[in-house]
Order: sequence, then C-alpha cells, then structure tokens
Amino acid sequence: MDDPLVIAGREFGSRLITGTGGAANLAVLERALLASGTELTTVAMRRADAGGRTGVLELLQRLGIEALPNTAGCRTAAEAVLTAQLAREALETSWVKLEVVADEDTLLPDPVELLEAAEQLVDEDFTVLAYTNDDPVLARKLEDAGCAAVMPLGSPIGTGLGIRNPHNIEMITARAGVPIVLDAGIGTASDAALAMELGCDAVLLATAVTRADDPERMAAAMRGAVEAGRLAAQAGRIPKRFWAQASSPTTP
Amino acid sequence: MQIVINGQPRPVAAGTTLAAALAEFGVPARGVAAAVDGTVVPRANWDRTELRDGAAVEVLTAVQGG
Repeated sequence: MDDPLVIAGREFGSRLITGTGGAANLAVLERALLASGTELTTVAMRRADAGGRTGVLELLQRLGIEALPNTAGCRTAAEAVLTAQLAREALETSWVKLEVVADEDTLLPDPVELLEAAEQLVDEDFTVLAYTNDDPVLARKLEDAGCAAVMPLGSPIGTGLGIRNPHNIEMITARAGVPIVLDAGIGTASDAALAMELGCDAVLLATAVTRADDPERMAAAMRGAVEAGRLAAQAGRIPKRFWAQASSPTTP
Repeated sequence: MQIVINGQPRPVAAGTTLAAALAEFGVPARGVAAAVDGTVVPRANWDRTELRDGAAVEVLTAVQGG
C-alpha cells in the first residue's frame, strides 16, 4: 500500500522519524537507524570543538537518511532563530525542528517563545516542524503561523511515559490541516501504535530506541508499531460496547 | 587584538578575517556554520569578513541529538 507521509510537499515512505541522541556509539546508532526504516532523522547543533567532527552527518549521508536539524537547548525565540539560521548554513537545508524549551526539569516547550520563533522562521522561508505541548489551541496557532508540521508531545522528553492525554492528541489531529507528528514521551511500541491510532501522521522518537537494552530490536518494534497503528487508524476500529456480542452464529 | 571563538579567548593579528580565524581554530571545511556577534555569516563571505577587536565568533556543527 502506497501511503507516503507528505510534509511540505516532500514524500517519505516511512512514518517513523528518529532522533540520534542517546546512542552509545555510531555503530549502535547505525544498526538502529537501519532497523527503524526511517528516512528523516534529527541532529542537534553544537559548538564545533577545534578540529573535531562527530561523524553523525557522514553516517546519515552514507545511509541515505535526511538530516533534520533541531534547535534543542534554546530557551528563547532569538536563540532558536539563530540556531536555525546556523543549521541552514551548515547543513544546507531550510528544514528545522523548532524546539524552544522553558526549563531543564520539564523540558516543556515555552509556548510564547515557540510561537514567536515559528513566525520569524516562516517569514525567513524555513520549513518549520514545531515541537509543542499537547495543547490543541497552541497547535492550531502554530499551523496558522505557517508551520509545515506540528509535533505535540505525548509526555516530557526522555520520560518514556507514553501519551498522557490521548484526548488532547485526538483533538489536535481531528482538525489539523498539516501533518501531526507525535514527538517525545514514547516509551515502547504500544505508545507509538496508539499515537497513530489517535490520528497522528507520524511519530518522532529517540530515547525509547537509543537507550533501550537492544536499540536495534526496539527500532524494529517501533517500525512495526507505527505501521500497525496507521493501518488500524485507516481501517476504522469497532465501537466499544458495554455487553458482549457473539462472534459465532448463535443458532445451532 | 583578541577575539572569542566558542567562548575561548584567542589573540589574533589586527585585520584577521573570519576565514583565517576559523582555519587557525581548526574547524572542518564542511558541515559547520559561523556567526559573528549574533549574526550568521555565510561561508561565501568568510574571506572578506574582517573581525573587530572583541568579536564573539560562534561556530557550530551537527552532533547526535533529538
């Protein structure tokens, strides 16, 4: 079944977007990325140490996976805009995962700074994929600001607590005009399947794979979960009933 | 004069360009981007961007993350 994810006119065969953070080393990361089937993977922007290279870009290039720079670590719109501009220059892509967090304990997005940064970056012709709270109102505002995708969290980054407010995610997907990507909080495969069943167009995850005991196996699990959840969402689940309904003929 | 690259103070000759300062700092030829005093300088302009005394240079590259 040909069912590509389309963001800003670009098609991706996989609906699983991965991060590269947290992997023990590049060899482990490579096996996990291959098992995940991903075609789009986030990288962070950091100060270049004198003479140093991290090798992550070369790895993605070799695997034919698109790098999606993020603005992780930014606390203000101004910081995020500058980081996005530097990423565009360094990676020669105008795509950015916009991330503006409020504090270290929660790593929750700062809605005011986030929206301001999104507006500025859209003005500068960036393709903005905005990491946001599971707030249907803010999601709508980000879409109206011109974001190419809106990426609500299931729960705070790195917690693995899954989707804490499925109804909010469903409200976001129900009226979205751009792709909705469940980003952050995924702990295991059933969380990823649920995200897709709630109507998300894709799932973005990192920690759940890179810090699993067996990242390669968990990546394969996530790939299957995203595909299964997508199929289930399209298939249309049965309504929930209070009483039993026989599935075998009731007459002898 | 003195400039600051990624938070590290470094003495350089007056009239040093961004290209020269980054070459001496040892950044790779590709996959990096630089800003001077908070403004991105496209690579094509590194050669003709002279640094002032006290300039704050940030040079970033992609690392594992997200």
